[in-house]
Amino acid sequence: MTITITDFLVAFGVAFCGWALQTSVSGITRKTVARMQKRYGPKWYQNFRDIFKLLNKRAITHGWVYDFGVIMALAGIIGTAMFTPVANIVVFKGYDNFFVFVYLFAVGMLGMAMSASGSGNPLASIGVMRALTQMVGYEVPFMVIVLALIHVRDTSSISALVDIQQASGWNLVVMPIGTIVGFICLMGMLGKKPFDTYIAPAELASGPMVEYGGKQLGMLMIMHEIATFVEISLFVNLFLGGGSNILEFLVKYFIVYTLASYVSNVLGRFKIDQVVTFYYKIPILLALIQAGMLVIFGWGV
Amino acid sequence: MAKKANIKKDKVKKIVIDKSKSIIDAPSGMFSDKINEPFAHEMIVSKDRSENLTPKQRKRKWKSMANYFSANSLWMLMYCTGCCAIELPQAMTSRYDMERLGMGPMATPRQADILLITGYLSLKTLRRLIYTYEQMSEPKYVVGFGPCTLNGGIYHDSHAVINQLDQYVPIDLYIAGCMPKPEAVMNGFQDLIDLIEVGEATGWKDYHARYEWYKQNQKEALGEVMIHDEFHE
Ligand code: SF4
Repeated sequence: MTITITDFLVAFGVAFCGWALQTSVSGITRKTVARMQKRYGPKWYQNFRDIFKLLNKRAITHGWVYDFGVIMALAGIIGTAMFTPVANIVVFKGYDNFFVFVYLFAVGMLGMAMSASGSGNPLASIGVMRALTQMVGYEVPFMVIVLALIHVRDTSSISALVDIQQASGWNLVVMPIGTIVGFICLMGMLGKKPFDTYIAPAELASGPMVEYGGKQLGMLMIMHEIATFVEISLFVNLFLGGGSNILEFLVKYFIVYTLASYVSNVLGRFKIDQVVTFYYKIPILLALIQAGMLVIFGWGV
Repeated sequence: MAKKANIKKDKVKKIVIDKSKSIIDAPSGMFSDKINEPFAHEMIVSKDRSENLTPKQRKRKWKSMANYFSANSLWMLMYCTGCCAIELPQAMTSRYDMERLGMGPMATPRQADILLITGYLSLKTLRRLIYTYEQMSEPKYVVGFGPCTLNGGIYHDSHAVINQLDQYVPIDLYIAGCMPKPEAVMNGFQDLIDLIEVGEATGWKDYHARYEWYKQNQKEALGEVMIHDEFHE
């Protein structure tokens, strides 16, 4: 398949719209959470204001590793978002492989880790270390589930998995336990409570972000919104059957993000050792049971 | 003592000259006459839209947009010094809900836009405060709470507490009350937002312009601004 310049423009459009979508959705969530706490809450476009304000501030630097890491993080995440299948828009057909996401996503995360360590603040190093530790926690159950799924479906292309689900039922129905595990892992990926150990504002002074201010923080906020978009889209595509049209996809997207935020708003924070032991106890057990059901007994396939 | 008095006089004169157009008599932006025009920035923008803009006008338009964003997303660093700090939890939580103004607490000075100085400052704290203020990225604003920051309040004759905070860092707004009620705090924040929107909260520029003066005052009060302990070496 040849890739034209139009494909790149469309792919960039997907990344941009994903950013705008996620920024609006998280603003709406801020508002509804505020209402749940009997407050008025900010305007729904508050997150846009925050980002533009940050881009408008003066920036300091802590050396070129610090600056370069931020750009690398943003570029890595935009690159990942360009491959994301949204409803029936699959830009690079044949390249939307699950493993492409796994590898490209790591570029963004490593960029951020590099930049944060480059700032030289000990709290940032602790935050990065915790983020990587947490990754070790949630990746294992998530991978068990997804690899089992890929094994029984015989394809690792996200859009092919979506097509199969639309023909023969969502994975939410086929593998309900796996979907629950996927959701718990999604909470870990998003860094929502109780898994926000590596940000922990009161304990680590916001962890990896501790030295960021001004433009760099604005770029990291953009990166965070796009990363959230990629993660939630991945969940919707893998477990909720993607979407046959944009509207269906958006509704599912909205529900998943809102649910994750609401769950996070009623929970406290785990300590980092509790995070890892939690993931290695319940989700991994459930994931193995689900994988056994799928692969050995072929239930639900 | 005589030297100190001189400095004070010098400052008052300077401020009257600098800001006489818009501020009546306070050394801060407390009594701005533009406070009742919350949408002044929009007026500037809409007036310019139809005309062909000169570079200067375009710069001003850009600036007013920038002011809009800075005003409506204020992140504060709560460096709580005195008893006034106790009024902030109410202002932050459900009852008064500061988040509806786009404000929120932030963990580190680098991320913050406003520094709230909630009450008296001992000399030891002042050193840390100056470090903190200089770490914040610009534009940055300072709000002083209560008479303790204005003229010493009930600690005016203490040997360990500074009296006039605006000699050491520029203050954009004072909030009255010992301690200010949450209503006053919220009202003060709204005033600060209005000041920023019309581009009047220029304390950080003042700090650049009169850096020598501020440093001199700081040295006079502290002897040395540098901190010598295990965290700062
Ligand atoms: S102004 Fe009053 S309440 Fe505030 S710090 Fe001073 S004495 Fe305490």
